[in-house]
Amino acid sequence: MDSLIFLIPVALILGALGLTAFLWSLRSGQFDDPEGAARRILLDDPRDDRR
Amino acid sequence: MADGFCCTGCAAARATVEALGLDRFYERFVSDAGLRALRPDPAAQPEAAPFARDRGDGTATAHLMVDGLHCAACIWLIEAVLARDPRVVHARVNMTTRRLVVQWRGAPDLADAVLAPVARLGFALAPFDPARLADAGALEERRLLRALAVAGFAAGNVMLLSVAVWSGHDGGMGTATRDLMHWISAAIAMPAVLYAGRPYFEGAWRALSAGRTSMDVPIALGVTLATAMSLFETIRSGPYAYFDSAITLLFFLLIGRYLDHRARGRAREAAAHLLALRIQAATVLGADGTAERVPLDRIHTGDSVLVAAGERIAVDGIVQAGRSEVDTALVTGESVPAPAAPGTAVFAGTVNLSAPLTIRVKAIGEGTLLSEIVRLMEAAEHGRGRMVALADRVARRYAPVVHLAALATFLGWSLGMGVPWQQALLYAVAVLIVTCPCALGLAVPVVQIVASGGLMRRGVLLKSATALERLAAVDTVVLDKTGTLTLGRPSLIPDGARDPDDLVAAAGLAAASRHPLAQALINALGRPVAAADDVVEHPGQGLSWSAPEGEWRLGSRAFCGVAGNEGDTPELFLARPGRAPVHFAFTDMLRPDAAATVGRLHRAGLRVLVLSGDRPAAVARAAAAAGIGEWQAATDPAAKVAFLEGLARAGRRVLMVGDGLNDAPALAAASVSMSPAAAADVSQAAADVVFQGWALAPVADTLQVARAAAARARENLVLAGLYNLCAVPLAVLGQVTPLVAAIAMSTSSIIVIANAMRLVRSTRTWTA
Repeated sequence: MDSLIFLIPVALILGALGLTAFLWSLRSGQFDDPEGAARRILLDDPRDDRR
Repeated sequence: MADGFCCTGCAAARATVEALGLDRFYERFVSDAGLRALRPDPAAQPEAAPFARDRGDGTATAHLMVDGLHCAACIWLIEAVLARDPRVVHARVNMTTRRLVVQWRGAPDLADAVLAPVARLGFALAPFDPARLADAGALEERRLLRALAVAGFAAGNVMLLSVAVWSGHDGGMGTATRDLMHWISAAIAMPAVLYAGRPYFEGAWRALSAGRTSMDVPIALGVTLATAMSLFETIRSGPYAYFDSAITLLFFLLIGRYLDHRARGRAREAAAHLLALRIQAATVLGADGTAERVPLDRIHTGDSVLVAAGERIAVDGIVQAGRSEVDTALVTGESVPAPAAPGTAVFAGTVNLSAPLTIRVKAIGEGTLLSEIVRLMEAAEHGRGRMVALADRVARRYAPVVHLAALATFLGWSLGMGVPWQQALLYAVAVLIVTCPCALGLAVPVVQIVASGGLMRRGVLLKSATALERLAAVDTVVLDKTGTLTLGRPSLIPDGARDPDDLVAAAGLAAASRHPLAQALINALGRPVAAADDVVEHPGQGLSWSAPEGEWRLGSRAFCGVAGNEGDTPELFLARPGRAPVHFAFTDMLRPDAAATVGRLHRAGLRVLVLSGDRPAAVARAAAAAGIGEWQAATDPAAKVAFLEGLARAGRRVLMVGDGLNDAPALAAASVSMSPAAAADVSQAAADVVFQGWALAPVADTLQVARAAAARARENLVLAGLYNLCAVPLAVLGQVTPLVAAIAMSTSSIIVIANAMRLVRSTRTWTA
């Protein structure tokens, strides 16, 4: 039983971390252009091409 | 022209790309035969300056819609071309929303200069006001996604604790441990329910304050009661808590709602994109002869507007100066251009074809024929507003039954059986949760998502939530002729007796003109021709060229001095000194699969007819070629609406397919409507479904999917109903524990989803 005192908070904290990470990425606009992001990754570093 | 290019546009694009040292574009470009070729269109210059914003720090930004984005190479090319301009601070293409944001150092009126290289590459750019398009839909979608994430997190953790409690009931878990578990569940679930349940609480509140019930009411009530009861049970150290049921229910329902929202958001986005591509600015001539591009809202009645050849006319007015021809296909459905001379009335939405025109403005925006048609359309649309989606209809009948069953359970147990009221309320909550429209709430959205997703991959956009349902009920299909049954542009009728060299000679002259018949000649030749030098265009008559041996003429019968009456098809003559004039006849070609599609519609048991504003002879010919027996010609917009209303009175459910401005009111009046993506903006706004491409097959495909989807939706409602028939009596008898409720709920949802997924197979295997 004692282990529950650790395990439940640990489970909750890990879950909350995941949730926070998701909400953060949502807020910082990472879901704004999923299609473009998926394709941009195939491009080289843009600086090589442009300047 | 360089070898290996389909047109001067491609050669120009290649030259631009090479001059900038960006040849690597061609290594990146993924060739796809199904894609539209990028051709710089002189009519699609950016004109972003009136819409650019000064940011106040010496830079300015413009937001643009980009048409013609295909793949990563396009993103790369646009961003790389813009980055070469030293003035550009920031340029970013959003592939999902097809938008481009550019920021540059300098004044807003540099916009066109900054964007010109992108337009030269052949991407059509349409500026828009970001404030106007910052739509509530995207915000709502984000809110749902956040609610979904919170509900998912809470549901996972509470379910974990609940499994422990459930097994504890048999395994002799101590009361103290169970209560601790319940308290932790409460601490997780209650804030989560408050946060994630907001869309439902708000929906229920809106419905109740409007004096009706909706699907949100039993959900909100069930979740609230379940949470409150669970808290009460936890406080008094009871054996059962329903926190897991409440939050899992919300989680499942939010999945359905989010997907539904997203599918519709994509369609809305695409429609907004198409609408933004219309003209928003015009050239106004000042009293001193200066010309200035201004947005439409700064033009006044009485102004003089200059319309270049090939440009779409933005206002209603009278021609003051210039002789040209106007393509009125959008307004009248007539495929042959009408002549325009001083005194002729011209309308917004039509295209000026052969020479510049100066137009005195009579009406702008609200006052134009275009707006008149929009009003006619809105009036017709009112008749359709009564249509309610199947799920809402079911919910309207079903919700009161759920509430009554729960109330009866409560009263029955507390008064009839004499159990404590807390216990009775617990049973009532179990009824609410078990009957809770989880399956019912998912039943129709899941079908919609699967069907609309399948259609979207085929280039068919569903704009209305109830479109599929209305499509499934259709028994009559009314097709417009110009631009729907036909391609909406003339093409040369092949003539075996004609010398092939005559066509080459005619195309040499025709290359100098943007007139549709001239373009048709070049298309018929099938390869690019260089325009002969110093070809003179005589608007409304034809083209002339001074050859060493005398004047060549390509144009109308009268212009070429040929005797006889005009034929019933559009025609051109080529007159050369010392030779007999050559006759070229044109027709508006049927879409390649028109006859096959009509055949499929007939086989599906549908009545098919043609309703057109064009001349009877042209309509009769097109109808016969497509295999349609019934047709009506020379109908104006009001007559089309009246005709459709007649059909509706006769009890027919009509699908109207049309593309012209003149079809818009009819599209709104029909019980459901489809429009090709090349159609007038107003028609696309009026249509429930927009389809892309040159084929007519999407009409038959969409009907087929709609029928399959309607069948799946009905099956799902029956499945959900059957599940409730089994579960409700158990709940009323007080036999449903949280475990049973959770399992039953998940199972019913999974069955419903699995049934909907059968549609995927049918959208993949339909006949192309």
